[in-house]
Amino acid sequence: MPAPADLATGRRRRPGRPVANRPRRLRKRVELTLFLGPAFVLYSALVLVPMGMAAYYGFFNWTGLGPLDDFVGFDNYRRAFSDPVFRGSVQNNAIIVALSMLIQLPLALALALLLNRRMRGRTLLRTVLFAPYVLSEVITAVTWVLLLQPSGPVDHAMETLGLGRFVQLWLADPDVVLYTMFVVITWKYIGFGIILFLAGLVAIPDELKEAAAIDGASSWQTTRHIVLPLLGPTVRIWAFLSIIGALQLFDLIWIMTLGGPAGASSTMVTYLIDHGFKRNEFGYGSAVAMILFTLSFVVALLYQRFVLRRDTEGALTRMAG
Amino acid sequence: MRSKALISVLLGSALVLAACGGDDGEAEADGKTELIWWHNATQDPLKSYFEDVAAAYTAEHPDVTFKIEPVQNESITTKIQVGLQSNDPPDIFQQWGGGELATQVQSGKVQDISDSTADTVEGLGGTAAGWQVDGKQYGLPYSVGVVGFWYRKDLFEQAGITGPPATLDELNEDVQKLKDAGITPIALGGKDKWPDAFYWGYIATRLCSTEALQEASASASLDGDDCFVQAGEVLEDFIDTEPFQEGFLGTPAQQGAASSAGMVANGKAAMELQGHWNGGVIGGLTPDQKQLGDDVLGWFPFPPIDGGDGTPDATFGGGDGFSCSSEAPPACADFLNFLLSPEQQSKFGELNVGLPVAPGTGDSVSDPTVAGVLEARDASSYTQLYFDKALPTAPGLALNDAIANFFAGQGSPDEIVASVNQ
Repeated sequence: MPAPADLATGRRRRPGRPVANRPRRLRKRVELTLFLGPAFVLYSALVLVPMGMAAYYGFFNWTGLGPLDDFVGFDNYRRAFSDPVFRGSVQNNAIIVALSMLIQLPLALALALLLNRRMRGRTLLRTVLFAPYVLSEVITAVTWVLLLQPSGPVDHAMETLGLGRFVQLWLADPDVVLYTMFVVITWKYIGFGIILFLAGLVAIPDELKEAAAIDGASSWQTTRHIVLPLLGPTVRIWAFLSIIGALQLFDLIWIMTLGGPAGASSTMVTYLIDHGFKRNEFGYGSAVAMILFTLSFVVALLYQRFVLRRDTEGALTRMAG
Repeated sequence: MRSKALISVLLGSALVLAACGGDDGEAEADGKTELIWWHNATQDPLKSYFEDVAAAYTAEHPDVTFKIEPVQNESITTKIQVGLQSNDPPDIFQQWGGGELATQVQSGKVQDISDSTADTVEGLGGTAAGWQVDGKQYGLPYSVGVVGFWYRKDLFEQAGITGPPATLDELNEDVQKLKDAGITPIALGGKDKWPDAFYWGYIATRLCSTEALQEASASASLDGDDCFVQAGEVLEDFIDTEPFQEGFLGTPAQQGAASSAGMVANGKAAMELQGHWNGGVIGGLTPDQKQLGDDVLGWFPFPPIDGGDGTPDATFGGGDGFSCSSEAPPACADFLNFLLSPEQQSKFGELNVGLPVAPGTGDSVSDPTVAGVLEARDASSYTQLYFDKALPTAPGLALNDAIANFFAGQGSPDEIVASVNQ
């Protein structure tokens, strides 16, 4: 029997001697290098190298000018962990993460379910809810600062609606400012969650919902037992992005409150800019940046290991097929 | 497949080359010099004034052009610090002197202009000392002044106050009269923190002897004298009279009509403790963007405090100036001399937004209120530089933070003093 012909080159292949594969493998490698090369170079230069440099700077006391000659080892890290303002910042980040899960998640789900129905003006409503996400952080922050002035538009609106007694010093009261910032953050980012969940909802086959209806399930039962579980992977992805985003919160806080009255709204990033770079303590700032990186990295790894693992096993396609 | 690979190679190299080939910055090859100038005058009239000075210099020296970049005051300090260590540092940049300048000089990034500006410095006399380190000149001031209360005469009249207060107790009484008339007594830009520090700094200037103040700046420590702790206690009593606007912890100092300067500009508050530049800042925030005349806006120094060890005519203040970076061409120092010439300084004085320092130019200030500030500056035997500039940057900003926390009801007078020790 003649040896099987090699499909690509048409040459005969002697069994056990994959000579003809070598030029193909080499070309594959060349192609991979060419295509991945620029991306890899950029990624290393703009992400990996600065990370390494930040880790290095974190071991020094450095004003940013002049040579790196004041080695202090882990002192910067010790200083960060013993600083009540930094601990407060970590706590603020944790509060934002928790509130995002508790409030933004149900809100985005509810709005997505609502916007999934056919109704008049659905496209307009979707656009209106998604528009804040498209605005830049700076414009959002500057606009909200003006809106939240004492006796400003928000206060006047509340008084007109008869909610006058709930008016607070939104940005000036240390007890309230973090929650004010959470409202602004929700206003800005809810559109992202809605779009994501809408996409997930569209992917749920109608047959499942019809089958449930035939079996006599009410629409709430359908939602609770069929739609929401199938939306699981989307929710988990959204939660992941939301957590990482909440850990790195900076722009809105910096412009609106500079870290809040007496650090009440400071986050890890505003702390590192304020106590590190603004005070010309670039070594200390780099150490705090490394703490933030490690924290985000650990959260990301744990999340992928324990929460997202489910999604690779229980895929919808497997169930439907 | 081969042609696809070839195309991708060409595209990839084109992209990398495009990214790498960048701007060269100054081109000095053909004898032309471009000076990059970073200053904090983002509003007119000062912004246009600087443009005019640059144009006037180019008229006299056609081979020198300017690339001017106005940067908002709150961001310019970090921008300068980062810019100095980059490959494209600014040639002329904002400089407040004191401990911050000393730190910059240590790094070797600031040009020693002692020789090229010797004549100008001689004319300036003692004022130039704030921009010297170890006897060498590293920058020149163009506007030096003192902090004081800028107040609205119309609102004072409304509250039945006949004249500026002469003591701290009288100031407290005036605050009460204004509150009774339904007027916000004092506007404070608490969000930016340095306006808070003016209160503590001025009280310390009133309570501490000149030696204690000078020792504090030299040693970068406030532990040397009890008067600094006392300053916190007097400040606490003052804050307890609740003289500030609602939500002052979140009000910015100079940005927009809702800032503390904007409140005074629009008659929403009766007075503000601010620096010599405030007349100009307020003018930029009025509805017609014109300065309030001296029939509306007045000025009085921080009143004396009974029992204080401070020199009676001591003032708290500082100035704005410019430095040349170490790699700047000689045209930079020459331009600073030009900026400090009597002609240019007189034009600056006429704007009524700051206080010129060149000898003989004091008369150019036409607004009586601003002229009053200039008189107070010249009459003062000792001016304490703002503590966040007198001390090196890190302890200075830590002090601002501690004072701002104190205004928010956190911390104690001892903690304010301890904050500069890190």
